[in-house]
Amino acid sequence: MPEIAPLLDSMAEQARRHFRQRGIDEPIVVGIHSGGVWIAEALRHRLGYTRPMGKLDISFYRDDFSRIGMHPQVRPSELPEELDDEHILLVDDVLFTGRTIRAALNELFDYGRPASVTLAVLVERDGRELPVEAAIVGANLDLGPGEQVKLRGPDPLRLERVFLEGGN
Amino acid sequence: MIAVAHPARQLPQAGPLPNSLQLTSDGRLQHLLTVEGLSRDLLNEILDTAESFANMNEKAVKKVPLLRGKTIVNLFFEASTRTRTTFELAAKRLSADVLNINVSTSSAVKGESLLDTLRNLEAMNVDMFVVRHQQSGAAHFMARHVEPGISVLNAGDGRHGHPTQALLDMFTIRRHKGDFTRLKIAIVGDILHSRVARSQIHALNILQAGEVRVVAPYSLLPAHVEDLGVHVYRNLEQGLHDVDVVIMLRLQRERMEHAHLPSEHEYFQLFGLTQRRLHLAKPDCLVMHPGPANRGVEIDSAVADGPQSVILQQVTYGIAVRMAVMSMVMGVRGA
Repeated sequence: MPEIAPLLDSMAEQARRHFRQRGIDEPIVVGIHSGGVWIAEALRHRLGYTRPMGKLDISFYRDDFSRIGMHPQVRPSELPEELDDEHILLVDDVLFTGRTIRAALNELFDYGRPASVTLAVLVERDGRELPVEAAIVGANLDLGPGEQVKLRGPDPLRLERVFLEGGN
Repeated sequence: MIAVAHPARQLPQAGPLPNSLQLTSDGRLQHLLTVEGLSRDLLNEILDTAESFANMNEKAVKKVPLLRGKTIVNLFFEASTRTRTTFELAAKRLSADVLNINVSTSSAVKGESLLDTLRNLEAMNVDMFVVRHQQSGAAHFMARHVEPGISVLNAGDGRHGHPTQALLDMFTIRRHKGDFTRLKIAIVGDILHSRVARSQIHALNILQAGEVRVVAPYSLLPAHVEDLGVHVYRNLEQGLHDVDVVIMLRLQRERMEHAHLPSEHEYFQLFGLTQRRLHLAKPDCLVMHPGPANRGVEIDSAVADGPQSVILQQVTYGIAVRMAVMSMVMGVRGA
């Protein structure tokens, strides 16, 4: 699994370019619990952003609630600023099926109507089930069937390959 | 010789083995009928879940889609404003559809039995019943008879219990005071008729509160109340001394068949919470009341509206706590 620090450096560079091209000074950074928040904090630090960061726990917006039930530890979502007409940098650790991002977008729009949302992920892998695309990507991984990648942290941050039971 | 208390003063029993009824085989909540027998972890899980719902008020859209497409029936055989409306609001903020049935205006007056009412509503494919009934054990009865997959929440049954009220009180105390183990808490007033008091005592014991006191005249104490693990005071001044939280109970005039009290005026003289008496408690003592308060009977208006009162916060937190319970019981269905 790749080291985290160079991926974060590359993501920060992509973000800088992305927002400069669009004439956006400083977006509001919003991380998705838990891994996305760690990555969002690291990115924000590298970019020298000073606006307070948002955190989303998307448990209440999941589409598999009626199948798997309540997540035992739901942390409160915190959005420190009004989102209306703001540019948002939405950050997650791993982009897989796209369902987490769908839930996060729904939750964001319950807080207001942002001007734009840009998605940044540490790792992008195959297996998309929804039309979701990240603009800022740390690494692209090809994983075998039954394989998953997890971010462990917060200190130190590291990527771990996980084999699911029943996978080949 | 064996002393037998008058039947009216016995603690009501709602039936055997409530936990086998309200928990799934892996220990998750499928109905909420009573606080009794719930684990400390489960109570904390409910309070933690409520915590995340309590922060929703800052959202532009005060709703989450968790229970979209679910139908919840508020089945109230007894008058209620606060409890019914906060259950309704909780359901709506979870995006469920809500049906309110007040039985004084429905077929129960035409003689339909509880079981018939239940079967008819089940035939309409509902997912949850929130029930209030004047009979102790009514919610247990329903939970025993509903089809699998339907949840029952007790919104008050006779003199037995009112678990969501106790949970929202615990939530309010935890938000202000944190750890329960160092707290002294006094529950004051009509303990005999109060399902709220009984649920609160169980919840405080489960959360290992430092000391739980009940303060009431002899005629408003149930027989053997000490068996619930509380210290009994018959004098309000002594009972208030050094407490961190005082919970005043409503004098339930409608449940008093006999002359429990000489007069409300005399009750206020002896057991009414006034500012002067509140000074006997800790300076930061919280004043709580499940509502509706009889001002000038169990509590002075100046105290009910005073800086130490969290009575209106209890109402607000009631929504978050009920959202937590509703989403937890609905979340176990597919498991």
